[in-house]
Amino acid sequence: MKPRPFDYLRPDTVEEAVALLAEYGEEARVLAGGQSLVPMLNLRIVEAEALIDISRITALDVIRDHGQTIEIGAAVTQNKLMAWPQLQQKLPLVAAALPHVGHFQTRNKGTVCGSIAHADPSSELPLTLALLGGEIVLKSKRGERVLTAKEFHKDMLTTARAGDELIVAVRFPVANGAGVAFREVARRHGDFAIVAVAAIAENKNAVRLGVGGMAGKPAVRKVPASDSAAAIAAWADELEGYEDLHASAAMRRDLFRNLAPLVVGEAIRCAA
Amino acid sequence: MRGVKASERVRVALTLNGRKLAAEAEPRTLLCDFIRHALGATGTHVGCEHGVCGACTVLIDGVATRSCLTFAVQAEGREVKTVESLAAPDGALSPLQQAFRDNHALQCGFCTPGILMSFTDYLSRNPHASEAEIRDVLSGHLCRCTGYAGIVAAIKQAARGGS
Amino acid sequence: MTGQLGKPVLRKEDPALLSGRGRYADDLPIPVGTLHAHVIRSPHAHAEIVRIDAAPALAQDGVWAVISGEDVRKLSDPFLAAVKTPVQQWTLAVERVRYVGEPVALVVAESRYLAEDAAERVTVEYQPLEAVLDPVQACGNAAPLLHPQARTNEISVRDFRYGDPDGAFARADGRIAMTVPFPRLSFTPIECYVVVAQHNAAENSYDVLANFQGPFSMHPVMARALRVPGPKLRLRIPPDSGGSFGIKLSIFPYIVLIALAARITGRPVKWTEDRIEHLVAASSGPNRVTGIAAAVRNDGRILGLKLDQLEDYGAFLRAPMPGPLYRMHGAVTGAYDIANVEVKNRVVLTNKMPASLIRGFGGPQLYLALERLMHRIAVELKLDPLEVIRRNLIPAQKFPYRTAAGALYDSGDYARAVDIAVGDGRLADLKKRRDAARAQGRHYGIGFAAVVEPAMSNMGYLSTLMTAQAREKAGPKNGAVSMARVTIDPLGAVTVTADVTVQGQSHETVLAQIVAKELGLSPDEIEVVLELDTAKDQWSIAAGTYSSRFASGTAVAAHMAAVAMLDKLKAIAAKQLNVLPDDVELAAGKIRSRSNPDNALPFGRVAATSHWSSVVLPEGAAPALSETAVWTPPELEPPSSDDRINTSLTYGFIFDMCGVEIDPVTYQVRVDRYVSMHDAGRIMNPMIAEGQIRGAFAQGVAAALYEEFTYNEDGAFLNGTFADYLVPTVSEIPDVEILHYHSPSPFTPLGAKGLAEGNCMSTPACIANAIAEALGVTAVELPATPRRIHALLQARQAKARA
Repeated sequence: MKPRPFDYLRPDTVEEAVALLAEYGEEARVLAGGQSLVPMLNLRIVEAEALIDISRITALDVIRDHGQTIEIGAAVTQNKLMAWPQLQQKLPLVAAALPHVGHFQTRNKGTVCGSIAHADPSSELPLTLALLGGEIVLKSKRGERVLTAKEFHKDMLTTARAGDELIVAVRFPVANGAGVAFREVARRHGDFAIVAVAAIAENKNAVRLGVGGMAGKPAVRKVPASDSAAAIAAWADELEGYEDLHASAAMRRDLFRNLAPLVVGEAIRCAA
Repeated sequence: MRGVKASERVRVALTLNGRKLAAEAEPRTLLCDFIRHALGATGTHVGCEHGVCGACTVLIDGVATRSCLTFAVQAEGREVKTVESLAAPDGALSPLQQAFRDNHALQCGFCTPGILMSFTDYLSRNPHASEAEIRDVLSGHLCRCTGYAGIVAAIKQAARGGS
Repeated sequence: MTGQLGKPVLRKEDPALLSGRGRYADDLPIPVGTLHAHVIRSPHAHAEIVRIDAAPALAQDGVWAVISGEDVRKLSDPFLAAVKTPVQQWTLAVERVRYVGEPVALVVAESRYLAEDAAERVTVEYQPLEAVLDPVQACGNAAPLLHPQARTNEISVRDFRYGDPDGAFARADGRIAMTVPFPRLSFTPIECYVVVAQHNAAENSYDVLANFQGPFSMHPVMARALRVPGPKLRLRIPPDSGGSFGIKLSIFPYIVLIALAARITGRPVKWTEDRIEHLVAASSGPNRVTGIAAAVRNDGRILGLKLDQLEDYGAFLRAPMPGPLYRMHGAVTGAYDIANVEVKNRVVLTNKMPASLIRGFGGPQLYLALERLMHRIAVELKLDPLEVIRRNLIPAQKFPYRTAAGALYDSGDYARAVDIAVGDGRLADLKKRRDAARAQGRHYGIGFAAVVEPAMSNMGYLSTLMTAQAREKAGPKNGAVSMARVTIDPLGAVTVTADVTVQGQSHETVLAQIVAKELGLSPDEIEVVLELDTAKDQWSIAAGTYSSRFASGTAVAAHMAAVAMLDKLKAIAAKQLNVLPDDVELAAGKIRSRSNPDNALPFGRVAATSHWSSVVLPEGAAPALSETAVWTPPELEPPSSDDRINTSLTYGFIFDMCGVEIDPVTYQVRVDRYVSMHDAGRIMNPMIAEGQIRGAFAQGVAAALYEEFTYNEDGAFLNGTFADYLVPTVSEIPDVEILHYHSPSPFTPLGAKGLAEGNCMSTPACIANAIAEALGVTAVELPATPRRIHALLQARQAKARA
């Protein structure tokens, strides 16, 4: 399958990119890694009058340590973040999640922000951002705004990004000494998760749990550290899950019920 | 800033396997089509055009990339390496290629070039990769013929030898 | 075997393929001015075509033609099929569409990109009709008819009876029966279809390059459709092909389509299929529902077998279907000594893509049913499943063994092979592992499968579909032809050509080994050329690569040609060496007297003699050196008047055992250990044999756990990309321990039996049996996806609570 024709634009600066978005609006799509977008273009299931390629904007290809948060620019690839020497120490949950994101080859080009922008309901990076309470930095000709993960991710493949806005960075809070755990169930290694579960335990008593693949967007909640199973089971019923080719809603609920207590236990064990 | 209208042709100049080449493309021309049909290097194969099978994997500035998910114009000015760059000028196979031969790691050969390029990148970063690491990277490729065992054995041989 | 035959010689194919210098169909140069085609396909499972409006597409720059079914109907005849029905099929849908993805129109433009743009401007108006997807439903009276003129969807029913099955069931201690469905799937080669066609208007002839795999019995089918005599359809196969597994048979309708496009536009036309269209419409194996019953003694001995095989071929029965239903016919009793058999074969059509040739070709469907039944017999009679298998295996002293349905199994010692597998494969340890796991409450089970793997089909097998009277009228069909030629040029270089097509099975290397052995050369010195050109190469309707015909067929022809060449060279050399031909031997590149090895000549010199000085040749020796062998084994007789048919030439034996564990957290099936014992007679290259086994094993695992073509109630196809159709990666394929036993075939001079399809047949059954034991269930539907496992566990829990 070959894509439909589009204008190709490759700005060198954020200002140029933002000006182009103001001009084209909804008719344009931002191209960073392309690992999610280009298959859809090739399959002709999305429209794009123009592609704005931000992958060579050097200002966006930076990882910044702000102490309490780590800021990841929109051109930073998933493998670049995975290879960041401080990742395990500062963002252990992201370090646990990244190996599940696609494959080595797709992580060479796929970007961290691109995955957040794509907002697939079961994908790993939106889940970790939601669980850690991270933020998304958006820029347009009208100015800059910062949204929380919760405000940003609205539904399946749907975000609060306005048509003229560019995601310039995401910010992950640093979890000092917290215990983390991440597990997902997928049909094949590297596939989209059917259900993904992440947990962070600041101490042995308080655990925050996040799940992807049960609803249109990740869901986050505190659960009791001991006997989390009952709270999880009730939460599963609330979330319902959904049906697709690979799993029924009932199976999704059961996967969540089975997995989440294990993930909670693991996070608590890792807590300082 | 680089801007090309949909109806325009763009002259894409890049370095392919060490040689500076250029040819015309549309903005939407896929890099795999450009390499194969505009530049004539048919060693890179196309299996799915949606980034799953890995047959189209090439190196762009040394980084393993799906060429079916890259537009030719995105590669301009870059160093692109394909499977044709691996053997010596006299045809002698590289240690990785030889390991594939020694371990019967190919049958029809269609998926092979992409796997060779993936591991040319990966082994340069992690020369003594473990079997688990090799399997992890190899799972970004689909092979229908071999059942994968020979491919794993070949890459392990190359990793031990340090290719 | 001496010399290099039987050794793990490295492949001649590899240096070129590893260096990116393979020559696949899309790599080859095309004439300047070649246009590119794109197929417009039906979005509906069943609908009338009301109207096609191509005007906006034709108005686009660079678009040369939009071809519809009406155009095709004017210029071509419907395809011949094996079953005589009033069903007509052309290369594009005519009046009606009958499956999602069916080709409806063809856009021809100056580039593929433009053709896809133009396709979006073609409006096709449909009137949807009710669709039927389930084979059982399709047989019902209320089902919508795919082909009204056929009056039924169940277009072929044949009953067979051998021995006294009713008597066997009457006197048995018990009757054990099951219904076993086999899913619909495909082995999706990584390279899709490619066709480049040219039309010569002056001669009304076609020249087509396509990665078609054979059988070349499709050539007359294509030529007839194009309304030209055979010589006017030149079909050329490229030197390399990116895998086939049976799937590249079904390219033949596209060959006709693109040929017509070349005729209509007056330009060469190229079409490269993409993955999306390959998944929805290229080809698949047929899905089957088998009702199977055994008449059993209390000790597990089977006295009689009854099968009702309902096979779903999708919307059209294309030649050479219903192959899978009949290819195994002689071997319908598998590895077991059962004399009383009743078989009902039913072919039904549904609104899905037409099913066709696929690796395994009827074996996977048959053995899932038969081996699940064997397991079930053990469960119900409270016997050990392995004992039930052993009790029924054909004893060694009965070989060559004639089955109830007429197959002549050439050789084997099944009991011995099983013993070796049980010993070297450490079944006792596997049982301990299972027992320990179960003691901990884990879901662990062991499964077995015993399978007879046929190779090289008897061309008459499909005629079993007809009654004896109909066959009598039509004339006998039987046999199998394999051809190979060995040629030596004026400087002594040896070339081999043969009637197989290349898709990765290493034919070039093995043919070189075979010929090198006879001529005392090294395989490196043998040039093998396998690009088939119907205008210039020898071929028969049996030519191609399918049904594992290489080892039992074409390899033998090459051997025969090499031996004929050897004899000729000996005669020529004898004169030059002044000895008797019996005293001449070829070794290490020389031709010499065995009794006096110093009396020798270089191989090339003897060859030159024949070319340059034909006058000094011995009496009767023809000048130049070219030997063609045609191998037609006598065992492949036509079906008898009582429907017995030896469906294949050689029969290998496979015995598998495995341990699986079901994860109650993720519902995934993990294969803990898998052992596969293979008896394929003599092995010509053990490295290549192992590669074939591992490849088939991976496909067997895929069928057991991952791959299925699914449709929703409206007939929409749900596995449209490689993200939805789950071809396993390395991470999903467990290891397999391969064991060997060797019962050479007495029916071929090489003694080798085709072994390429075996694990496609045995592995799904072995894993299904292990899952049945792990969960204590009867019905294990494949693929055993987490979704199905979840449903099984839920049902089990519900039952326990009730």
